[in-house]
Amino acid sequence: MASVTVSHVNKSFGEFRALDDVSIEFADGGFYALLGPSGSGKTTLLRQIAGFSFPDSGEILIGGEAVESLPVEKRNIGMMFQNYALFPNMSVFDNVAFGLMVRSTPRHEIKARVGEALELVRLSGYDERKPHQLSGGQRQRVALARAIVFRPRVLLLDEPLSALDKALRLGMQVELKRIQREVGITTIFVTHDQEEALTLSDKVGVLKDGKLLQEGPPRELYERPATAFAATFLGDANLFEGHVEEGELALSDGTRLRATAPLAGVGKATCAVRPEKMAIAEKGEPLRADHNHLEAELQEIIFAGNSLSYLLRRGDIHLRVFAQNRATAELQPGQRVRLTWRVADTIPVEA
Amino acid sequence: MKARPTNMLARIYLGLVLAFLYLPILVMAAMSFNSSQFYMLPIDWTFDWYVKLAHNTRLLESTRNSILVAMVTTVIASVLGTAASIAFFRYEFRFKKVLQAALFPPIAIPWLITGTAMLLFFFWSGIGRGLHAMILGHVALALPYVIIVVSARIKGFDPDLEAAARSLGASPWQVIRHVTLPYLAPGFIAGALFAFAVSFDQFVISYFLSVPGVSTLPVEIYTAIKKGFTPEINAISTLVIAFSITLLVIVSRFYRFGGDR
Repeated sequence: MASVTVSHVNKSFGEFRALDDVSIEFADGGFYALLGPSGSGKTTLLRQIAGFSFPDSGEILIGGEAVESLPVEKRNIGMMFQNYALFPNMSVFDNVAFGLMVRSTPRHEIKARVGEALELVRLSGYDERKPHQLSGGQRQRVALARAIVFRPRVLLLDEPLSALDKALRLGMQVELKRIQREVGITTIFVTHDQEEALTLSDKVGVLKDGKLLQEGPPRELYERPATAFAATFLGDANLFEGHVEEGELALSDGTRLRATAPLAGVGKATCAVRPEKMAIAEKGEPLRADHNHLEAELQEIIFAGNSLSYLLRRGDIHLRVFAQNRATAELQPGQRVRLTWRVADTIPVEA
Repeated sequence: MKARPTNMLARIYLGLVLAFLYLPILVMAAMSFNSSQFYMLPIDWTFDWYVKLAHNTRLLESTRNSILVAMVTTVIASVLGTAASIAFFRYEFRFKKVLQAALFPPIAIPWLITGTAMLLFFFWSGIGRGLHAMILGHVALALPYVIIVVSARIKGFDPDLEAAARSLGASPWQVIRHVTLPYLAPGFIAGALFAFAVSFDQFVISYFLSVPGVSTLPVEIYTAIKKGFTPEINAISTLVIAFSITLLVIVSRFYRFGGDR
């Protein structure tokens, strides 16, 4: 086990700057998610840490040792690929044993450790199967067992669950978390799925255009996004644009919104509000002092079983509100309603 | 489960196809054991033709030549062809598309024309005729087949497999030995079989490039038939077929072609 330090790493492909002065600290034993859209540099960063590609400049330390010029096979990392990349001609046992075999581990030890690893991923008894005889979820477990059996210092996961269907994915998320805790290995995983990043990791880094925008524990990142991009990429967000007036956000029609803290500076500003933090006020509900209020026209109600989405419009601002399905007042599209939400949920963000 | 051909017509059709493919071979094999030179029935079983064959130095010599030429061709063509396939798969270079396209015409050009061209060229360039010339010609013919067969296999190769092996700590040599080569093996074997078959079957080019006294089996059989047919030819052909079938059975026991992944 080891911590991983990335400092001031740059990587360009021709004119394209894939990584722009990225510095991150991955704590020993932590579960870290690198989240970003495609082209954000998250996979490039993972490949630099793995050693499939080398940074143009900057340092990468694994357990305090500079590795940026070591090739992948000398870094002692475990990696799980998006498509699992199991060796098709080898049995489950031989796949898992591969990392030990190339390290010339004695036979009896290989046997014991492969057995342990398969038990850990709950695939005992599958030793002799070939990859094509396994289901997607089972292949995934074999890939995981193969990546950790030789006790690497770091586990790298490249979009590990994206090839699975939704039900299986949720199950595997729980499994992955359990196994990571049991083994206690520093884990870095790349994903474009914000929900996956939030559920699995204890720290998330959001990347965009080769830059690390923000990092922090999932809850903090979700509740306090620093930029409009982080707010909309990590979950849903309603964005209000306006300008600062007496520490409040003045929308183009003059409406004032108060934010978590008085807005500093002058000129343009943006605030984000999570759709589930907003509510449609009931008739006659009194205005609360610690809330923002906004009138809007209800345009559409989307029914999704246990929840409802309200699509609303105010001038040229389009808003979404999520609500639990608790049959309260009957609302109809076209109706004018009053939205209400806590001032504390109005987050100032960089545009 | 796949559906079975239950339709009567389909069965008859299948039977006819098999009959046309295998009946002539079966008749030939049976006649190699018939003492009558004029295919009189019922068959009077004998090994005479095989005994005679054992003393027919020309047929035996040409068989030896055929096997020699085919083996050398197979080795050269499969190594060169596999290397070319890997290069086509892995690297981008100028004229790659042109080179790939240039592989196909030799398959389509009639052998008679290729053979004439080779004869002229070998004569003009001083390479001359003989077994060495045949090997050169056969390699040139077999190469496109090897490249097509091996390339088809390589296309399905997932580069992540090599990446995965390296991430698990395998040195470049270990990656090749444990991951790349085992994956390529079926394609390589199939390509080699093709090369062997192309060379061993080859008549036209061998005929043009043979010198009197040194020829291959197909050429020798042709010459013998022109002089007058003898059941010794049935005998040698039967042996060749038995050899080919054995080879194929052995190979197919170790490798499943096509659908194994």
